[in-house]
This record gives sequence, C-alpha cells and structure tokens, in this order.
Amino acid sequence: MRVRVLIRPKAGILDPQGQAVERALPALGFSGVENVHVGRLVELDVDDTAQLPSMCERLLTNPLIEDYEIVEGIASHS
Amino acid sequence: MKFGVIRFPGTCDDVDAQLAAQRVGDAELLWHRDRDLKGVDAVVVPGGFSYGDYLRAGAIARFAPVMEEVIEFAHAGGLVLGICNGFQILCEAGLLPGALLINDHLKFVFRQVNLDVVDPNTPFTRECPPTLSIPVKHTTGRYYSPTPVQVVLRYAPGNNPNGSQDDIAGVVNNAGNVFGLMPHPEHAVDLLTGSEDGLRIFESIRTAVGERVKVTL
Repeated sequence: MRVRVLIRPKAGILDPQGQAVERALPALGFSGVENVHVGRLVELDVDDTAQLPSMCERLLTNPLIEDYEIVEGIASHS
Repeated sequence: MKFGVIRFPGTCDDVDAQLAAQRVGDAELLWHRDRDLKGVDAVVVPGGFSYGDYLRAGAIARFAPVMEEVIEFAHAGGLVLGICNGFQILCEAGLLPGALLINDHLKFVFRQVNLDVVDPNTPFTRECPPTLSIPVKHTTGRYYSPTPVQVVLRYAPGNNPNGSQDDIAGVVNNAGNVFGLMPHPEHAVDLLTGSEDGLRIFESIRTAVGERVKVTL
C-alpha cells in the first residue's frame, strides 16, 4: 500500500524554516498568513502498515523533536 | 593509551581527530562496517556528514555495525567523545539526551567561540582551564532537550552561535562517560591556528583512562 508520512516539528520548538517562509510570503504580496511550519514528507510502498508506527519512532522521525502523521490510501506513482 | 576514531562514509574530521589524539597518545581509525573496536581505550565519533546526513543528521549512522560496538562499549563504561556530527549521532543513538536542530539563523556558522567549562570534574574536562577557545562549524547545532541534562560546556555570554537552549555547547550522559559537544577540539590543537585549548580535552581523556579499569568487550 502507498503510504505518506507527514513529519512536523513539535509544537513549541522554534521552527526557523517556517519563520523564514512566513516572512518571505508578504514580499510576494501574500497577506494574512501565519503559523507557517516546514516539515518533511516520506512516501513509501509498504506491505504491512502495522509496521509504520515503529518505523516512524525508530528511524523516520526523531520523536523528541518531531510529530508524525500517517496517511494511508495514497495513489501510487508506479 | 589508544584512541579509536570512527570513520563513516561522509565523515570529514576523522584525520584531524586522529592527529589531535596522536598528540596525547596512539590513535587509529575504525571503519564503520567493522564490529571491532580493536581494544581501544576511548572512542572518538568525529564530525562530518555521516551517510550524507540523509533524513536527519546522525539518523542513519547510529545503525552502523561499528555503532553497535560503541553502544556496548559505552554501556560498559568506556569513554566516548562525540564531536559535532558525532554529537548528533550519539544523541540519535540514545547515548546522550536531547537533539540538535538547525541553527536559529538557518546559516552555516564557522567561527572561534569562547566556552565556559561548567563541569570540570568529568573525564573529558579535568585538565581544562575555566574557559576554552575552540571553533564551531555547523548548520545543525542548536541543542534542545525537554528534560534537564548534565551540562559540561556552555557558550560564554554573547558567544552562542546557533540558538542552543541555555547556551549549551556540550553535555555528558548520567554515567558521565559519554560526552558530546558541537565545538571542534580537534581543530584547536596548535597555536599556529589560534588555539590549542582543544588538546586539554584529549589530555583529560588520557588522564581519566590512566585511572580507569580497561573496558574489554
């Protein structure tokens, strides 16, 4: 099954990448944007989705500094 | 005594670390695929970009075969020094608390910094004067820990180069035998390049090893 793992900086941890993007948007004329955060996206085909939480905890994320969300049922590229 | 300096694909400070260690003892390089620490008395995990630092800094390196040995060595009480990427790897491996995040200003920083030795009683700092001048060079050096940690080095006031929590530059584990720091003591071993304060850390390890029971796996 095609799965997408969305990885975000934990709430409360300074996210300078998000801040940089947030500051850049007004320069292009976009207004009313706040709380921008930049994370990572990992897409993978996996037979047994029950393994995913363990994969996330042990490798795909650092649980100390990142939260993750598993999105199943993604259309495959291949 | 003999230092072992780990070399991963992407490590770039291994030779400087080896040369620094050789100023106070013997030192040999240990390859990431080897499950053998070759009887060394202390391990140095040096700086660089292990396995390209893909995913997160240190995330892949912590699973290298040699790291299984390093973890066992650390749990047995062996002295382990992690510098920069080595610090990141030791955090990812769970040998040290906390994590390193991208610098608050998002830029690569490369400069000499002044450090306060806030714990002079560790095996890594006992030969250190109260302050050290050592360079930093990193993009991912902002230390963060949600729980209290044993701080060994702090950036002196006005010297925090990355937004690290409480000016933390280096920490030890609870047992006191694993030390990680972002500054590079191996780049400060000769007055020709501005400072030899980094040697004090290697000398501290030599002194400590001389007083400890040798760890054999």
